[in-house]
Amino acid sequence: MKLGKKLGLLSGLAAGVMLAATGLAQAADPLKVGFVYVGPVGDHGWTYEHNQGRIAVEKALGDKVKTSFVESVPEGADATRVITRLASTGHGLIFTTSFGYMNPTVRVAKRFPKVKFEHATGFKRADNVATYSARFYEGRHVVGLIAGKMTKSNVLGYVASFPIPEVIRGINAVAIAARSVNPKVTVKVVWVSSWFDPGKEADAAKALIDQGADVMLQHTDSPAPVQAAQGRGIWAIGQASDMKAFGPKSHLTAIIDDWAPYYIERTKAVLDGTWKSGDVWGGFKSGMVKLSDYNAAIPADVVAMAEKARKGIIDGSVHPFAGPIKDQSGKIILKAGEVMDDKTMLGMNFYVEGVEGKIPQ
Amino acid sequence: MPEWFIPFLLSVVTASTPFVFAGIGELVVEKSGVLNLGVEGMMIVGAVSAFAAGVTTGSGPLAVFTGAFAGAAMALIFGVLTLYLLSNQVATGLALTLFGLGLSALMGHGMVGKTFPGLPHLEFPLLEQIPVIGPLIGTLLLGHDVLVYFSVVLVIAVGWFLNKSRAGMVLRAVGENHNAAHSIGYPVNLVRLLAVLFGGAMAGLGGAYLSLVHTPLWVENMTAGRGWIALALVVFASWRPARVFVGAYLFGGLTIMQLHAQGLGIEIPPQVLAMAPYLATIVVLVIISRDSALVRLNAPACLGKSFHATG
Repeated sequence: MKLGKKLGLLSGLAAGVMLAATGLAQAADPLKVGFVYVGPVGDHGWTYEHNQGRIAVEKALGDKVKTSFVESVPEGADATRVITRLASTGHGLIFTTSFGYMNPTVRVAKRFPKVKFEHATGFKRADNVATYSARFYEGRHVVGLIAGKMTKSNVLGYVASFPIPEVIRGINAVAIAARSVNPKVTVKVVWVSSWFDPGKEADAAKALIDQGADVMLQHTDSPAPVQAAQGRGIWAIGQASDMKAFGPKSHLTAIIDDWAPYYIERTKAVLDGTWKSGDVWGGFKSGMVKLSDYNAAIPADVVAMAEKARKGIIDGSVHPFAGPIKDQSGKIILKAGEVMDDKTMLGMNFYVEGVEGKIPQ
Repeated sequence: MPEWFIPFLLSVVTASTPFVFAGIGELVVEKSGVLNLGVEGMMIVGAVSAFAAGVTTGSGPLAVFTGAFAGAAMALIFGVLTLYLLSNQVATGLALTLFGLGLSALMGHGMVGKTFPGLPHLEFPLLEQIPVIGPLIGTLLLGHDVLVYFSVVLVIAVGWFLNKSRAGMVLRAVGENHNAAHSIGYPVNLVRLLAVLFGGAMAGLGGAYLSLVHTPLWVENMTAGRGWIALALVVFASWRPARVFVGAYLFGGLTIMQLHAQGLGIEIPPQVLAMAPYLATIVVLVIISRDSALVRLNAPACLGKSFHATG
């Protein structure tokens, strides 16, 4: 294929000479699509789902593509090296799937203008660098409604990782949704300062349960909080992947990241020659965010309410951050009838009314 | 007494026990004059092996034993390399950790997503119904899994072994001055190998406790740095078994306390608590280093030095 040839000619670097030969030899070969992962594919969370997306691309496009991945790549200098290697070995499309790969991706992209890059969750773009992310808060809205209906103690527990806007947005989305169906609800948050530490996540969940929480939500990557919830007989909502196996009775539903449709669409676009740089922030509508099967223990009217909200988000009639929204001090930050714009959501750094405690500084 | 108090203490026990096992094992290793930085690697391999054995056979005791055995097997690699092939202990220990993390990911490939019912706890339903004393004695004192009691016995046994038994004196002699120990006929490397194997088995047990009791599941890298805390713990305890126990509960207790404090709305930055164990270790190091006699009293003089018999 043409791309390989051009790419081969392009890499005039000393190290590229041999690779260039390979590029020429493989001129008729399928499009090579590379993936860079921040964690191991077996993390049962973030990276696992990106890898499922990669597998889906192979399934959907068969012998037109050839995919490869590099896992557990540290963010920073190592990432630059790995992305450069992928770009110089004939890959026509490269997905870099962690926020910290932003600068390395942009830097490498400058040197390989014919290679297309897709960076997850970042905000720096170029002619050959597109960005994409998922509106997980849409999922949080629906699970917030369910949690608000299922709680008896009116305390929701939330195991959180780091106080960045992405995580705070999730907490607020849950609080707003839960209080819309049950105004007595409060959300208790415990920060564990880690994306992934099963022991600490479980201990945090237990601490929240000891303090009265009877629905457990999380924005950390291991299934330990779900398991802790099952052990103490309370409800839980899974994160990133279906976590039912870890708490069959407790698991109400889970917010699932589904990157497959996007990966297939973008790979097709490169094959057709229609690929353009851009920014996609997909949610329920594009299928990037999904919910796993509802627990049979959820009453039918609650399921109906959840489904109505999910469909409302898809057709645009429901917005998780619709006014009036008050912050913790009761000050109105969004008037009735307004919806929050993406910019405010992307920089969210305050708790809404109903969330207990303060954001760690 | 608030309602959350007893569950809080129970969480502290569960969070601290892996530190007790891994810490006491490393203490014996260091007392023999060997520095094994591979605790994290031995723990994680112990965790995955124990979990795999538990899921496959359904037997708790067998799972625990497998975890300890796997830790010891990892330690054997380290022992042979450093004691008999005289490789550098620090580099080999670090390599063992990296190797263990990779190996455990490979071994646990088919184990992701499976669950294990956990080890049985002792239960005294009648006793627990007595008000006030019931929960205290029934749950807090007698309601743990058997490994918790074993960890207490282990600390006492190691303390006795090192200070009162002849074999323990030999082990310490080897750690203090391997040339002198060798010249009076003690098998330096054999003693060290046995200590290293014991340390590996205990690290494996600590890992097994994580994957069988603390969070009965397997996910890659689930030890999340606990092996390094165990290493810090030995220094923090200035090489005394009882202090390892106290330190383990202090480290475990700090973590749980911080999580509870957040839920109760007491504000301590979580980052500060995350670094607390290391900070405490540095403080202790500074304090004991000021008094050189104190250091000499407990720190093994031959720590980290390879022994090569001459003549």
